[in-house]
Amino acid sequence: MHIMRRLFGLVWPFKWWMGLAVLLGAFTVGSSIGLMATAAFIIAKAALHPSIADLEVAIVGVRFFGIARGVFRYFERLVSHNVTFRLLAQLRVWFYEKIEPLAPARLMTYRSGDLLSLVINDIETLEHFYVQVIAPPAVAVLVAIIMWVFMGSYGARLADTLLAFLLAVGFGVPLVSRWLSRGLGKIIIESRSELNVVLVDGIQGLGDLLAYGQESRQLALAQARSQEVIDAQRRMAHITGLSDALNSLLANLGMVAVIAVAIPMVQAGRFSGVQLAVLALAALSAFEAVLPLSSAAQFLESNVEAAQRLFAIVDATPMVQDRRETLPPPSNYGLQAHNLHFRYAETEQPALNDVSFNLPAGGRLAIVGPSGAGKSTLVSLLLRFWEYQKGQIVLGGHDLRAYRQEDVRRRIAVVSQHTHLFNDTVRANLLLAKPEADQDELYAAARKAQIHKFILSLPDGYDTWIGEQGLLLSGGERQRISIARALLKDAPILVLDEATTNLDVLTERNVLQTIYNAMEGRTTLMITHRLVGMENMDEIIVLRHGKVIERGTHTTLLQQAGFYQRMWQLQNQILPTQVAFASERIQQREMAMNSVSAFS
Amino acid sequence: MNIDKRLLSEAKAVRVGFILTITLGFLGGVATVLQARYVSDIVNDAFLEHATLVRLQPLFLILLLVIGARSLFIWGGNIAANSVAGTVKQTLREKLFAHIVALGPTYASGERTGELTNTVVEGIEELNAYFSQYLPQLVLAALVPLTVLFFVFPRDPLSGLVLLLTAPLIPVFMVLIGYLADALTKRQWRSLSRMSAHFLDMLQGLTTLKILGRSREQIDTIAEISDRFRHTTLSVLRVAFLSALVLELVATISTAVVAVEVGLRLLYGHMVFREAFFVLLLAPEFYLPLRMLGTRFHAGMSGVAAAKRIFEILETPLPVSVFPAVNDAPPLRMDIHFQNVYFAYEGGGRPALQGVSFRIPPGEKVALVGPTGAGKSSIAHLLLRFIEPDQGEISVNGVPLGAFRADVWRQRVAWVPQRPYLFHDSVVANIRVGRPYANRAEVLRAARLAHVHEFVASLPAGYDTIIGEQGTRFSGGQAQRIALARAFLKNAPLLILDEATSNLDPEIEALVQEATSSLMEGRSVLIIAHHLSTIYQADQIVVLNRGRVVESGQHAALLRRGGLYQQLVTAYGGGV
Repeated sequence: MHIMRRLFGLVWPFKWWMGLAVLLGAFTVGSSIGLMATAAFIIAKAALHPSIADLEVAIVGVRFFGIARGVFRYFERLVSHNVTFRLLAQLRVWFYEKIEPLAPARLMTYRSGDLLSLVINDIETLEHFYVQVIAPPAVAVLVAIIMWVFMGSYGARLADTLLAFLLAVGFGVPLVSRWLSRGLGKIIIESRSELNVVLVDGIQGLGDLLAYGQESRQLALAQARSQEVIDAQRRMAHITGLSDALNSLLANLGMVAVIAVAIPMVQAGRFSGVQLAVLALAALSAFEAVLPLSSAAQFLESNVEAAQRLFAIVDATPMVQDRRETLPPPSNYGLQAHNLHFRYAETEQPALNDVSFNLPAGGRLAIVGPSGAGKSTLVSLLLRFWEYQKGQIVLGGHDLRAYRQEDVRRRIAVVSQHTHLFNDTVRANLLLAKPEADQDELYAAARKAQIHKFILSLPDGYDTWIGEQGLLLSGGERQRISIARALLKDAPILVLDEATTNLDVLTERNVLQTIYNAMEGRTTLMITHRLVGMENMDEIIVLRHGKVIERGTHTTLLQQAGFYQRMWQLQNQILPTQVAFASERIQQREMAMNSVSAFS
Repeated sequence: MNIDKRLLSEAKAVRVGFILTITLGFLGGVATVLQARYVSDIVNDAFLEHATLVRLQPLFLILLLVIGARSLFIWGGNIAANSVAGTVKQTLREKLFAHIVALGPTYASGERTGELTNTVVEGIEELNAYFSQYLPQLVLAALVPLTVLFFVFPRDPLSGLVLLLTAPLIPVFMVLIGYLADALTKRQWRSLSRMSAHFLDMLQGLTTLKILGRSREQIDTIAEISDRFRHTTLSVLRVAFLSALVLELVATISTAVVAVEVGLRLLYGHMVFREAFFVLLLAPEFYLPLRMLGTRFHAGMSGVAAAKRIFEILETPLPVSVFPAVNDAPPLRMDIHFQNVYFAYEGGGRPALQGVSFRIPPGEKVALVGPTGAGKSSIAHLLLRFIEPDQGEISVNGVPLGAFRADVWRQRVAWVPQRPYLFHDSVVANIRVGRPYANRAEVLRAARLAHVHEFVASLPAGYDTIIGEQGTRFSGGQAQRIALARAFLKNAPLLILDEATSNLDPEIEALVQEATSSLMEGRSVLIIAHHLSTIYQADQIVVLNRGRVVESGQHAALLRRGGLYQQLVTAYGGGV
C-alpha cells in the first residue's frame, strides 16, 4: 500500500487536529450510548420502586448525555472542517509546487481547461480524505474498544459477542458488498462516459445529424446507452440495499445476542436484572460507530484512485533539467539554430527536422508555414520547455543548454495567442512581468502598446478587474495588454508566437503597428501562419512538416514562385469578412462589466 | 412554475413503484414497533419474572422473524426506490435529449453545448436522490412517526404527548436552518468556488507565469488565499453549526425527557416496566425518520435545482412552421425563392435577417458574401429547416418550404458546414452519415471524389480508425473533406456549403477546392463564400450586410458598382 503511505504522509502534519476530532467523534457516539444506557437504567431501576434518591445520579446523567451529544458533535464538526480546509490548502500548495517544474512539457495532455478541472476534482476528493476515510474507522475502533471494556466488566462472553457483531457490520458487510459489486463501479463509470460521448456527439454534431437525417439513430443510441447506465446503477442499488439490510439485521441481532447471553448471567446472579436493559440499549447504540464504515470503504477507493492520478502526474521528472555547471547569463543576444531535430515522442513524426537559422542580435526573423509545421515547437525549445534531441540552439555564442533555464527565460519576452491573462486587475496582470515597476514604467509600457488610453477609460482604470482569462476584453485589447506586459519585462529578445491570430483584419493591422514599435532595438523572432507585415522582416523561413522548404525576404520569396508565393496568393483571395463591429463589442463589454460589478 | 409539482407529475408514471417504496417503508416502521414490543417483553420477563432462556424461546423466535422481516423491507424498499428513480431518469433523459434535438443546432450551439450535455447526463443524475431518497422520505417522515404514535398512545398517553409535541420542533428547526445557515454556507461555497477558480487560473496560466519568471512566487499566494479562506469559513461555520446543534438537542433531550418522565411514573407505580421500556425503545426510532429527512433535504434541493434547468429546456418552444402540411415529396428540380424573409434570435431580441429576398434557380450556384453577422448562416439554417422564418416566405416551386416535413425536405439537401463535426466513431462510419446503408465501395468512391482517400489510407487502421483516438487529430481541411465525402455519398439535388477560411496550406486547400467544384456540378448550390476563386464560379452573387441584401449580380458588374462587394474584394489590394 505504497499509495496509502503517501496519502498518510500528506495528512500527517495535522495529526493533532485529527486526533482531537477523532476523540470528539468517539465522545459523540459515546454520549448516545450513555444516553440510552442511563435511560434504560432509570427505567429498570424505577421498576424496582427504590427511593428517588437512588435515581438522582442517573437523572443527572441522562440530562448530561442528552446535551453532551449535541455539543460534542458541534465541536467535532468544527475541528474536522478545520482539518479539511487545512488539508485542502496543503494539497494545493503541494500539487502546485510539484507541478511547477513540470510545466508545460509534462502537462501537454492537460493543456485544456477540462482536464485541469479533472485534476482539481481529484484534489477536492482528497480534501475529504480525513472526514470520509480516516475518521470513520478511527472513531469505530475507539468506540469498539470502549464498549469491549464496558461489556467486559460484566463478562467476557458479552464483550466478545458484541465485538463479533460490531466487526461483522464494520468489516464483514463492506467486504461482502465490495465483493458483490466488484467491477460494477467501473462499469458504471464507463457506461456513463459512453453515454457522454453519444450525447456530446449528438449535441455538438446536431446540425450534421439533422442535415443527414441521422437524428433518430442518435436518439436510439442515447436511449440505449442511458439504459445501460441505469441498469448498472440498478444492480448497484441491489447491493447497497443489501448492505443496508444486513447492517440493520446485524445490529438488531447483536442486541438480541447480547440479551440472550446476558439472561443466564443474570439468573446466575453475576449481575442485577437492571443491567439487562442497560446492556441491550448500550449494545444497540454502539452500532452507530460502525455503520459509516461501508461508505468509508467506498470513499477509500475513490480517494486512492484520485491519489493515483495525482501522483502519476507529479511523479514525472521534469523534461528539462539544468546542468550541474551552468554558464553565467548571456551577454549577447544573437540566436542560431544548427541542424535542429526534435520529436515529441519516439513514436511520433519529427516535429522539427534539420532546422537551421541565424538571427543576429537586433535582427528580425519570421518563421512562417501552415499550422502543424512545427513553428510553435521552435518557441517551446527556445524557452527551454522541451529538450531537443539533435543539433543545437545557440544563444550569445553558447549552447542554450549551458545556461540556467531561468536565465534564458528572463531574457525572452513572449507575445502569443495563448498568453494567459489572470482573473485579476489590469495592473496586477501587467506587474507580473516586473513587480517592482513604478507607475511611470507601467504607463510607458502601456502607452507604447497603445492600450494606456483604453485602460484609463475602463470603470476603475488600471484597477479594473478583467475577468477570467480576460474574457471581458476583446481579442485586440487582450493582445495589447500582453504586448504591454512583454514591453514591461524589457527583455532583449522578443518572440511573437501567432500574436495576431484570431484578430480581424483592421485590428490585426493596428496591433502589428504596436508590435513594430516593440521590436525596436530587440532581437525579434516572429512566428506566424498569416503573411502580414512580412516586408518588415530581415529574413523569412518557410517551415512545412518540420522542414525548412524556402528562405529569403518577402520580395525574393514571392519571386521564387514557390510555396510561400502560393500561401500569399491563397491568403489574398480570401475575403476579409471578419470585420469587427466596434459599437456592438463595446455594448457587449459594458453588459459583461455590469454583470461582474453586480456580483461583487 | 412549481418544480416539485412537475417532478411529482413525473413520479405519477411510476406510481406503482412509488407506492411499493412507501408501503415497504411503512412495513419497516411497523416491524420496528413490533421489534420494540418483543424486546421489551423479553427483557421484562427475564428481569422481573426471572424467565429462563428456554421459556423465552418462542418470543426470541418471533423477534428474530420480525428482525429478519425488517431487513427484507429495508432491502426491498431500497430496490423499489432506485427502480422508481431509474425509470424516471430514463424517461426524462429521453424526453430532454429528444427536445434538444428538436430545438435544433441553432439552440444547441457554441458555449451552450457543454452545459446542455452536462444537464442531460449529470443534471438528470441529480434527480436520483430526489426520487429514491427525498420523496419517499418525505412521506415516511410523516407515516412512520404516526405509526409509532398509534402504538404508543393507547399504552402511555403522556409519553405520546411528549413525542407529539416535540416532533414538530424538528421540521421547524430544519426550516430555520434552511433559511439561516443555508444562506451563510452558500456564501461560503461561493467563495470556495472562487478560490478553486483562482487555483485553476494559476494552473492554466502556469506557462505564462513561467515565461515571466513568476511561477515560484505563486506558492505563497495559494497558501495565503487558502488560509484566509479557512479562517473566514470557520468563523461562519461556528454560527451555522449552532442551528444543527439545536436540532440535535431536540431529539436527544426529548429522549431524555421521556426516560425521566416514564421513570418517575414507574417509580410511583403509575406504569409498568414492560410499557415503559417499550416507549423508551421507540423514542429514538420516532425521531429517526424526521432527522433522516434533514439529511436528505439537501439531496432533494439539488434535485430541484437540476430540475429547474431541465424543465426550462423542456419548455423552450420548438420552431414550428405555420403552413398546412403537404404529404408530397419535395421536387428534385427545385426553384427556391426567398421573399422578404425576417428572422431574429432570442425571440426577436437579436435580429439576423430583415427582409431578405433572392432566388436560387434550378441548377444554379448562388454565392452569399458579406461580413460576419450579415445573416449568411441564418439563411443556410433556414434552408436546412433548423429555424423557421418569423415573417416572409421561402418557397420551392411555389410551395412554401414549411409545408414539407422537415426530415423529408432534408433528404433533398446536402450540407457541408465550415467546421463539420466528426463523430467519435470510425472514419467509414463518419462518411456513412451521408447515407447509412452505403456499402464500402460507395464510401471509398465518395472519399476519392472528396480527395480524402489518400489521407485516410495513411491512418493506422485506415477507414476503420476511430477518429480522435491513437493521436489521430483531424485538421480543419481534413474534416472538411470528410464532410464533402458525406455530401458526395448523399448525392442530393441541393447543396449548402459554408466555405472554410482558416486553412492556409495551399496544397490542402487546392484539394478541397477541386473536390468542392466537382461536388457542385449539376446541383442547385447555395454557398457561403469566402474565396474569390469560388465566387468566380457562382452564377449569382448575393451581398449581405446586417441582415439585408445590399447588392446582387455577377462579379464584374458588382465590382463596377463600387459598393460593399468592391470594398471586400479589394481590401488586401490584391487578388483581383
